[in-house]
Amino acid sequence: MTSTSTTEPLRAKTRSVPRHARGRRRGRAEAGRLAALLLSPTFAVLALVIVYPLVSALRDSLFSSGEQLDENGFVVQGDQFVGLRNFADIVRGAAATRFWNAFGNTTFFMLTTVAMETVIGMAMALVMHHALRGRGVVRASVLVPWAVPTAVSALLWRWMFASDGVINAIIGHQVLWTTEGWHAKLAVIVADVWKTAPFVGLLTLAGLQIIPGDLYEAARVDGAGSWRQFWQITLPLVKPALLVAVLFRILDALRMFDLPFVLIGNQKRSAETLSMLAWDEASNLHYGPAAAYATLLFFYVVVVAFLFVKLLGADVIGEARGRRAVGRRAVGRRAEDAPAAPPREEVVPA
Amino acid sequence: MTGTATSTRRRSWPRVVGVAAIVLYCLAPFYWMVVSAFRRPGDQFAITPLPRPWSVENFLAVFKPDVGFGRSLLNSVIVAGTTTLLTLLLGTFAAYALARLNFRFKTAAAGVVIAMSMFPVISLVVPLLKLFTNIGWINTYQAMILPSLSFALPLAVWNLTTFFRQMPEELEQAAMVDGCTRGQAFRKVIIPLAAPGMFTTAIITFIVAWNEFAIALSMVNDKSMQTATVAISRFTGAYGFDQPFGTQMAAGVIVTVPLVIVVLLFQRRIIAGLTAGGVK
Repeated sequence: MTSTSTTEPLRAKTRSVPRHARGRRRGRAEAGRLAALLLSPTFAVLALVIVYPLVSALRDSLFSSGEQLDENGFVVQGDQFVGLRNFADIVRGAAATRFWNAFGNTTFFMLTTVAMETVIGMAMALVMHHALRGRGVVRASVLVPWAVPTAVSALLWRWMFASDGVINAIIGHQVLWTTEGWHAKLAVIVADVWKTAPFVGLLTLAGLQIIPGDLYEAARVDGAGSWRQFWQITLPLVKPALLVAVLFRILDALRMFDLPFVLIGNQKRSAETLSMLAWDEASNLHYGPAAAYATLLFFYVVVVAFLFVKLLGADVIGEARGRRAVGRRAVGRRAEDAPAAPPREEVVPA
Repeated sequence: MTGTATSTRRRSWPRVVGVAAIVLYCLAPFYWMVVSAFRRPGDQFAITPLPRPWSVENFLAVFKPDVGFGRSLLNSVIVAGTTTLLTLLLGTFAAYALARLNFRFKTAAAGVVIAMSMFPVISLVVPLLKLFTNIGWINTYQAMILPSLSFALPLAVWNLTTFFRQMPEELEQAAMVDGCTRGQAFRKVIIPLAAPGMFTTAIITFIVAWNEFAIALSMVNDKSMQTATVAISRFTGAYGFDQPFGTQMAAGVIVTVPLVIVVLLFQRRIIAGLTAGGVK
């Protein structure tokens, strides 16, 4: 994988063909126009389906519609500007308990599921990396939970967690998993971890495969045991890939909707997430509060992503930049051994 | 890996156990779904490892005319298929620009695409629900397809960019030296060579779009327009149980097994695509 050539295609090309030096500037301007042309449809669609709703939600969250009564008791038609009242109501008004509960659930699910998925995913990646036999079988089976639709996997777990279901039969107790209480939370966590830990495992495996084997040999020669090798070689070197996987999982867990919605149900206190709360309000035509919830969720996601990238240095765009630096520092460059881990930076100009 | 091979042979049984554990972890719940689907409705709560006797009654119940599940499957195919085609069409252009052209704001453009893929779906469903209600788009395909592009497009662009970058640039340059314009080089050299990558991206996008739930749930209230994932979650008792788990499992098998087969056939490619995109 001699991927360096793709970093700056035009410059590299013109450098190798110096007599086209005059064409370089023209080429770059042409490339800019072409890029604008090629990118504009995608950005137009993204503006329509993401930027417009975002702005619209911000606007809606400042209005109240349909549920105002005037002094004679009639419903006031049309939107009423209420400023930040929707937000104030959410944070400390009548709906505050429900909001903070959903906020707590969302955060709790995010922390627990991502922690478990990281540990299990890492373990899976290590096993897959060192597996001698059955690699194909493992690879195939790891993709199955990913391919099962979340709604179907929620039903599947609802069935397994049913009062007469297989899980109660195995543990020998009659536990009402999918009603309310900590059982419901646990059911959501188990179902989510089942579906997504293998995905974390795949991403981590790709990171493991580019660690040069010589490092382990050297460590063994120096007398480092496998435990020490894991902490001193594997973990630091797999960290960039792992961080990106964890970031994606965190953001995904924060918007969790289908799973608790189908597994536990709508308007259940124990498992209601921010997404479900916003959806419930919108489906009851309370667009103002719904938009406020949606906006708050959006900012929550942004803040978490920002903190994660800043504090832990997850390199999302130039993920392989870190990898390559690591590879350069490492003695033996065995990156060619990693078919499943194509370099994915190059977006970052040199 | 050759370096570790000697020591792995020495202690291979923990690895075998590990492999078995992963396979069991991933497949046991799926296995249970298949087994439950093939039980007779009356044996629904049996916990024998294999159905005794086997029965396709649950599958017949899924396709009873009043359930309308066939129509839901068709809706899913239309929505996920159109989403995939649109995504591939737009995404190929964008990905080519990001992978091959050198222009200002390239990093910013790539960053925006990545950031968009992290957007919480509900944050766009709520305002779009209001918009689509106002313009009479509720219960239409476009009301499901358009919002689906919000997550499918960044995913596809990211995947395709990686594939385009992996192709040797010399090919394209050679074509341009031979007198092709950049557009011709793209059409005649890059696209045919990128076909495997585009195929993989199409599979991944289709699966993700097929599995979509929140948008389809919100934008449709007419039973004949709902997609398969929504339809399954709304099955009501055909056999008088509180929840017709057998029927739901049978429907789950119908919805999932085609995906699983495709995944198994193209596992190598899909894994390469998933780990390259890094996005679910």
